Amino acid sequence: MSVSERTLAPDTRRASNFRPTAETLAMLREKARFVRLETIRLIEVAKVGHYSSVFSAAEIFAALYYDVMDITKGAPRRPDRDRFLMGKGHAAVGLFPILAELGYIDRETLDNYTRLGNPLGDHPDMRKVPGIDFSSGSIGHALSAGLGMALGGRMQGRAFNVFVMLGDGEMQEGQVWEAAISAAHHKASNLVAIVDRNGFQLDGAVDDVMGIEPLDEKWRAFGWDVHTVDGHDLDALTTLLRQVKADEARTRPCCIIARTLKGKGVSYMETEPGWHLGYLDPSDAARAVEEIMTRTI
Amino acid sequence: MTRPANRPLSPNSWQYRELNAKTPGLSHLSDALISLAEAGEPVVAGSADLQYSNGLNTFAARYPDRYIQFGISEQNMVTAAAGLATTGLKPYVATFASFLGLLCCEQIRMDVAYCAQPVRLIGHHTGISLGFYGTSHHATEDIATMRAIADLTVVSPADGPQLAAAIKASADYPEPIYFRIGRGREPDVYPLDTPFTFGKAIEHLVGEEITIIACGMTVHPALEAARTLNAQGHSVGVIDMPTIKPLDRAAILAAAARSKVLMSVEEHNVLGGLGSAIAEVLTDEGAGVRLVRHGIHDEYSLIAPPTHLYAHYRLDAAGIAEVARGAMGLRKAA
Repeated sequence: MSVSERTLAPDTRRASNFRPTAETLAMLREKARFVRLETIRLIEVAKVGHYSSVFSAAEIFAALYYDVMDITKGAPRRPDRDRFLMGKGHAAVGLFPILAELGYIDRETLDNYTRLGNPLGDHPDMRKVPGIDFSSGSIGHALSAGLGMALGGRMQGRAFNVFVMLGDGEMQEGQVWEAAISAAHHKASNLVAIVDRNGFQLDGAVDDVMGIEPLDEKWRAFGWDVHTVDGHDLDALTTLLRQVKADEARTRPCCIIARTLKGKGVSYMETEPGWHLGYLDPSDAARAVEEIMTRTI
Repeated sequence: MTRPANRPLSPNSWQYRELNAKTPGLSHLSDALISLAEAGEPVVAGSADLQYSNGLNTFAARYPDRYIQFGISEQNMVTAAAGLATTGLKPYVATFASFLGLLCCEQIRMDVAYCAQPVRLIGHHTGISLGFYGTSHHATEDIATMRAIADLTVVSPADGPQLAAAIKASADYPEPIYFRIGRGREPDVYPLDTPFTFGKAIEHLVGEEITIIACGMTVHPALEAARTLNAQGHSVGVIDMPTIKPLDRAAILAAAARSKVLMSVEEHNVLGGLGSAIAEVLTDEGAGVRLVRHGIHDEYSLIAPPTHLYAHYRLDAAGIAEVARGAMGLRKAA
C-alpha cells in the first residue's frame, strides 16, 4: 500500500487506528466471496455478463457496503446516507445481490435478473432499483453526477460522502477530467473516486488501447489527494477508506487508485482479458465456484 | 502615439460585463430565479462561463452559495445538475442552446431525463440569434433532439415575460424541462406576470384562411404579419405554441378544423421541429389540412447580423407575411 499520508490530517494518519479487526476482515472476505458467487449465479440466468469486471471490484464492493459507507438496511433513500455511483455500470450484477441483502430489492426480483420487465439489467437504473443512487451505462458520466451530489450535500449542510467507482478504461473519457478539474476547484472534499485499475478494457490492455499512466500524477495534477492501494487487500483497502472518511479536515476531493486484477478469484479468468464479457457453461461455472469457495483472497 | 490615461470611453463603447445593462431582456431569467429563491424554493443555478450572456451573474451576486460556476465544461454541468437534483435541490443550468441541445444531448438523455431528475436546462441564444458567430453557435436542431428524448418537456417562450412566468411555474413541475430561449432582445408579446401553463397553446387571433402556429422569437413577427394581412382583408389566425412537448394537440386540431391552411413558424430546421410535431398530430388524427412548415430549410445559416438573417430567412414580420400569402395561394403583394 502506498498511502500519501501527508494528505491525511494528523489524527487520521496512523493507519493502525483504523484497521479492521480480524473478525471484520473475515466477514468482508465472505462478502466479497458472496459477490463473486452471486455474479456467477445471476449471469447463468442472463446467459451473458461481465464476470471479470465484477471480480476485480468485489473487495471494493464489500469494503464500501459492509464497512465504510453509512447506509441503513431497508432504507435506501435516507437523505443523509453515503452515496455510491459506478462509472463502470456493467459491474452492477455484483452490486444487486448486496442490495438484496440490504433489503432494498426482494429475492424474487434478484433471481429474475434481466428477465422481461425486471428492474435489474446489465446496467444500474435508479428509476427502477431502490438503492441505486444513480443510473449509469454510458461511461464517463458518474464522476460529474457524484460531484453534483457532493455539492448538493454541502449546500444543504449534510455530512454524507459520495463514493464513485470508476473503471480504468473510463479514464479515457473527457468528461471524467471535466469533473475532476471541477471537483478540485469547488473543493468537493466529500467526494471520493475509486479507480478499479484492473488494467483491461474491451479491446485489450488499457495501456495498449489508450494508455492512461501516470495515473496518480494526473489526479494529483488535477488537484486531488491521491492514494494507491492493493484493491484486493481488504485490510489495506478498508483501512484506507476508513482513514479518508474519518479525515474531516480534508479540503480536496480524494482519488484512490485500487490496483486490481481483472477476473480476480478465478484463475482462468485472471489470465484471459476476454472474460470482460462472456458466459460460463454450468460445468465451467462449477469449476469457478469451487475455486472461489476454496481460495482465500 | 500617446494616450491620455483616464480619458473616459465613449458611451457607444461597451464590454462583455456590461451586457446586462445593454440588454434589459437578459434580466428575466435571473429575476425569476431570485423570486423563486426568495420564496424559499431550493433553487440552484449553474452556468458554464456564460453568466453575463444569460444574466445569471445577477443571481450569482445575490445567492453566491446557490450558484455554481462550471467553467467551460457543459457536459459536466448537465450531469452534475442531475446529481444536485438527487439531493432535493432544483437546478437551473444555462448555456448556449447549441451546446445544450447537441453537445450535451446524451447527458440530458441519460442523466437528466432517463434518471427523471427535475433539472431545468436553459438553452439561450437559440436558433440563428447569434448571427455572425456562425454555425457552431447556431441551434437549429435543438427542438428535434430534445423532443425525441422521453420524459423531457420542451418549452420555447416567446419573450422575457413568458420566460419569467414559465420559470416561476416550473418550481413545482415534476419533469425535467428544456427551455429554448432567445438572446434577450425579443420585443415583448406579453405583459409581465401573465400566467403560464405548461402544455397550453395561447390563441391570439382566430383566422379562417390560415392559422399561423409560432413559437419563440417568431411569435411577435407572426402577430405583426397577421395584423398586416388582416388589415388587408384576410382572415389570419395566430397561435403561440410555447410548449412544444407535450404539444397542445387540441389547439392544433381546432385550428385545423376552422382554417383552410396551417403554417408553422420556427427559428429551427423545418425537419424535426415545431412544424414536424404539428404534422405528426395532423397525420395521427387524419386531419387532412395542408401544413406549410416555415423555418430554416435544412441548411446551415449564412453569416450576418441576426436581424439581417431574420429578413433573409423570412422570419421577420414581412417575411412571415410573404410566406403566409404564398400558403394561402395568393400572389405576393405588390
